[in-house]
Amino acid sequence: MAELKRRVRRILGSILVYAVLTVPLIPIFLMYTWLFVQAFSDRVIFGIIPQGLTLRNWAFLNNPIVFGGITHTSIWVILRNTLIFTFGVTGLITVVSSLSGYALSRVQFKGRTEFMQFILALHAFPAVILLIAVFYILNKMGLYGKGLLAFLGIIIVKAGMEIPMSAWILKGFFDVIPWDLEWAALIDGCTRLGTWRRVILPMIMPGIAAISIFSFIAGWGEFILVYTYMATEEYFTLSVFIHRMIGEIMYVRWGTIAALGVFYLLPIIFFFIFTQKALLRIYIGGIKR
Amino acid sequence: MVSVTLENISKYFGKVRAVENLNLKIEDGEFIALLGPSGCGKTTTLLMIAGIYKPSKGNIYFGDKIVNDLPPRDRNVGMVFQSYALYPHMKVFDNIAFPLKLRKEPKDFIKKKVQEVAELLKIEDLLDRKPSQLSGGQQQRVALGRALAKEPNVFLMDEPLANLDAKLRVIMRVELKRLQKRLGITTVYVTHDQVEAMTMADRIAVLSNGRLQQVGRSEELYNKPRNLFVAGFIGSPPMNFVDCIFVEEGDEAYLEAEAFRLRLTDSIKKILKENARSSELILGVRPEDIIISERKAEGSFEAEIYAMEPLGRDVIVNLRMNDTILKMMTSSLFKGAVGEKIWVRISLDKIHIFDKKTEFAIL
Repeated sequence: MAELKRRVRRILGSILVYAVLTVPLIPIFLMYTWLFVQAFSDRVIFGIIPQGLTLRNWAFLNNPIVFGGITHTSIWVILRNTLIFTFGVTGLITVVSSLSGYALSRVQFKGRTEFMQFILALHAFPAVILLIAVFYILNKMGLYGKGLLAFLGIIIVKAGMEIPMSAWILKGFFDVIPWDLEWAALIDGCTRLGTWRRVILPMIMPGIAAISIFSFIAGWGEFILVYTYMATEEYFTLSVFIHRMIGEIMYVRWGTIAALGVFYLLPIIFFFIFTQKALLRIYIGGIKR
Repeated sequence: MVSVTLENISKYFGKVRAVENLNLKIEDGEFIALLGPSGCGKTTTLLMIAGIYKPSKGNIYFGDKIVNDLPPRDRNVGMVFQSYALYPHMKVFDNIAFPLKLRKEPKDFIKKKVQEVAELLKIEDLLDRKPSQLSGGQQQRVALGRALAKEPNVFLMDEPLANLDAKLRVIMRVELKRLQKRLGITTVYVTHDQVEAMTMADRIAVLSNGRLQQVGRSEELYNKPRNLFVAGFIGSPPMNFVDCIFVEEGDEAYLEAEAFRLRLTDSIKKILKENARSSELILGVRPEDIIISERKAEGSFEAEIYAMEPLGRDVIVNLRMNDTILKMMTSSLFKGAVGEKIWVRISLDKIHIFDKKTEFAIL
């Protein structure tokens, strides 16, 4: 009798847990399902039941979208831009923050602790408030409104906004490595930089992996910077391109938008499946004075 | 091979004086141990020789060349750390080959050299493994191999045996000593273990609070300690210290302690009269220099057995006289019971006398 009671209670408990988990997930789940279903539907749907299966929405893969009388840039150019942007941002963040994280961890300099606290405080402010100041700087440097140069400028700005926090995270990884190893490498014949590259860096690979994954996701999802600073469509990334499809004209081709959305989602889903383990391994070291 | 000379070396970390005015000459091919309690500056000294730390003051010479500003990679030293500091992402082979690769030696040479060192240290079978797959003793050999492969001019070891189990430590002690003699590499060995220092090193430098206390061969340190610290640090069980006062009565001279009175020989009396600046002294007696006398005799004292510490071959007998407790080392043939009273005497020709204020040895 008591045994039965306990079992019932346990089952009721897990029902409660799953209910709490499921309810907030329903809207998210419904939205993504709509996106997938709409991408393959002939008509506009208001639910998740497909109507008139078709691949028509995916025509943009072969021919540039003609919309509102304008022939838009080919999706493959946009994809190339997005990849360059993402990899550029990832590369910059990884290289710079693995060097600066090392410095924060290993080099004694005045105001280091204050500097690290400052980084944390800065991180609390949204990047949007910097838009005007950054525009001013880009413009002064001649990196605004000139196609490729502006594109490179945005990459630098995006990386610059992510680097402080990444350096902070990597510092925690560097902190764990004992001085003995670094000394051993110096004695064995490395320079300081050689020690960093040959001995220290291979040991914090999990940290580097984490930072690059985060940067990749941040770069892929970037919208506001490209939207604000990039005027020429040939240098748009996917997020801004999709926005243009929605935003400019009075009526919207929902099927195409949904297909574009799925197109935009797929790489990141695959990326996530492959890097999930590395992502879960991440931990962040505390501040060490 | 080179000799290493430390000339008026000091090292300060902010306000902390890690090493203060150290002078030490290490001969070419010599095995010297830096011995002292933790925090005495021995590892700091070693890292200065390696070139990791720069001395705040003074000069370091390799041979007759000042190396103060030479980076570690140009000093050709090999170092073994207490933690072994093996590169965890490299196989044993690559660990040992690392210094050679950095020197851009040809591949065949590296392979031959690693093989040679591996054979010397009996780790040929481990070359394909990662450090995490090795036992402590094996890791230690790999660390030795890495330091040896580059054929260093100076070999630096920072407590290399501290992380091994007791049995392996005794074996490695002998092996390291033989290896050093065979290769003839100038070696500086840091340890807090006096047994290691005494059994392995040609000479021992005792450090305390960043200052050099005494340098000498083990029997010198044992028989002629320069001050109270060395006397107390070297020897196990440690030397007994008793506060006493020098008194003269007529022709006779005595050391008067709380528990007993020791009549001095004429020669000791003469030395004390000439060299002692105050009559307040500390008497030092090694546990083996307290001897049981069969019966009450001239110069013997009565003491109560306070505790017995049998060690197998020997036994440490703790003797109580009033409030003074002395440790006596004797053969385990001695059968005594706690609480029993026995007669003991002190070998006068083996005693040490220190000035209570300066702590320097007078005798």
